[in-house]
Amino acid sequence: MGNLTLHGICKSFGAVDVIHDVDLEVRHGEFCVFVGPSGCGKSTLLRMIAGLEDITAGEVRIDGALVNTVPPSKREIAMVFQSYALYPHLNVRDNMALGLKQARFPRAEIDAAVRRAAKMLDLDPYLSRRPAELSGGQRQRVAIGRAIVRKPKLFLFDEPLSNLDAALRVQTRIEIANLHRELGATIIYVTHDQVEAMTLADRIVVLRDGRIEQVGAPMELYRNPANEFVAGFIGSPRMNFLDAPALGQPGKSLGIRPEHLSFSRDGGQIEGRVSHVEQLGGETLIYLHADPHGLVTVRLFGEHAAEVDERAFITPDMARAFHFGADGQRLAA
Amino acid sequence: MSARVSILRSSAAHAILIAYTVIALYPVLLIVINSMKSRRAIFNEPLAFPTPETFDLVGFHTVFEQSDFFLYFQNSLIVTLASLFFVLLFGAMAAFALAEYRFRGNLLMGLYLALGIMIPIRLGTVAILEIMVAANLVNTLTALVLVYTAQGLPLAVFILTEFMRQVSDDLKNAARIDGLSEYRIFFTISLPLVRPALATVAVFTMIPIWNDLWFPLILAPSDATKTLTLGSQVFLGQYVTNWNAVLAALSLAILPVVVLYLIFSRQLIRGITRGAVK
Repeated sequence: MGNLTLHGICKSFGAVDVIHDVDLEVRHGEFCVFVGPSGCGKSTLLRMIAGLEDITAGEVRIDGALVNTVPPSKREIAMVFQSYALYPHLNVRDNMALGLKQARFPRAEIDAAVRRAAKMLDLDPYLSRRPAELSGGQRQRVAIGRAIVRKPKLFLFDEPLSNLDAALRVQTRIEIANLHRELGATIIYVTHDQVEAMTLADRIVVLRDGRIEQVGAPMELYRNPANEFVAGFIGSPRMNFLDAPALGQPGKSLGIRPEHLSFSRDGGQIEGRVSHVEQLGGETLIYLHADPHGLVTVRLFGEHAAEVDERAFITPDMARAFHFGADGQRLAA
Repeated sequence: MSARVSILRSSAAHAILIAYTVIALYPVLLIVINSMKSRRAIFNEPLAFPTPETFDLVGFHTVFEQSDFFLYFQNSLIVTLASLFFVLLFGAMAAFALAEYRFRGNLLMGLYLALGIMIPIRLGTVAILEIMVAANLVNTLTALVLVYTAQGLPLAVFILTEFMRQVSDDLKNAARIDGLSEYRIFFTISLPLVRPALATVAVFTMIPIWNDLWFPLILAPSDATKTLTLGSQVFLGQYVTNWNAVLAALSLAILPVVVLYLIFSRQLIRGITRGAVK
């Protein structure tokens, strides 16, 4: 089993409060992603769950048992770090086996666990190599292997893909998703990349300044953001925030995603000037300057021609627009 | 064109470095060549190399026959290696604690431990002597090891703390999750990763200890505990100095330092350049 409960979690470094009263429930088998801009406290929260940071106030429970003062090695967790954190003096096999050796598992059992993990991650040919002799992607697989071997209740991932190049990142992302399906384990995953969050998560926790802004399934956050921050953070390219009063709409700003704007040269609700065009083949991004809204991004599917500096019109699909008040909160529809 | 410029430049650099090497090695060379000459030859032509006529190992004979050279040598080696061991061990442990743990007064503690770099330990000689007398440690090698350990620690802590900070936190945290104790994290993870810094500290600590005359003279002047430096002094008299013996003893004293230096130097160079590149 692997249920995690956070209750009233606070963290201060001296006089600075970095986590404010966080409550969260993660069910067994769930893939839960903490996402937020850098400095929002997501890594600190993860390290508190791991037991690497003291908890200033509140309770961390794993399967109902209070673990606030339990050392990391006794919490039955495993963690994968952004920097891989492999032991440089040990080969791949010993890197993966060290945790079990410390826990005094019988040798045969350790060997079996290491072999199983190596097979799962295609690491068989590298078992006797040192970390220095591996590529970045292989190192990260070893780090994941080291976590699997321990059969933890909770897997904790701290930005595991940030050090990989773009192609490898996509590939490893798929591997992690497959791994989650295969193991059925509870995973808590920290990232600042909303694409990773959207593609991997069963549930996303959006954090800002040490507070939870919203918790929900990826599409729930996309379709139904609670406030301007979540709306802007989830979805790529970023949501446009138009000046609501200028459009005769309630609230302070009108949120509309780039894919929910229609583009035309002949006429529409908002007039503007094209300032930049990005052709991606499958889609075209047009950046439009429109007063008083500022720069507006339009996302069109397929190939579209547009000239910089030409006059154009956009029209929001009002059914998919969101209204936000002056405090950034969503107004009731 | 550019190839010629770089040849000029590199030969200039080499000329300067060679000149410096010659200047630095000259006194050492002088000691070594004169130790192998007869007394008359030393004074007639101090700068000449030994020739078949002037070659004479009388100095070495005197050293081996008249004094307990091997005992002194052994004393020096024991004191130096034991002090080195304790300086590196305790210095690294203190550095690990200062770099790794957040506790009240961390910064003050670091400054306090570094204070010794600025205050020469010899200022406390009288007090140290009184302590050693009270502890019944006068004329023991233990007294010297204790003093040298104290003398070497401030610089060791200061240098090693900086290097300990560079050891990846993730790595130590991964080890904590794997259930390694703090001691094992220190010995198996942090310590191997700061090896170049350890070598640097070792060299800086070792040489002054090996060469020291002050504390052996004051704390352990008995015949059984004389170090090599002190032992060589028997040949320096107020009226007569046996230069052959002095030079021979000094030549022999150079050897172990050179050997230890060679052992550490590979690591030392890595230690010095590491800070520069990264």
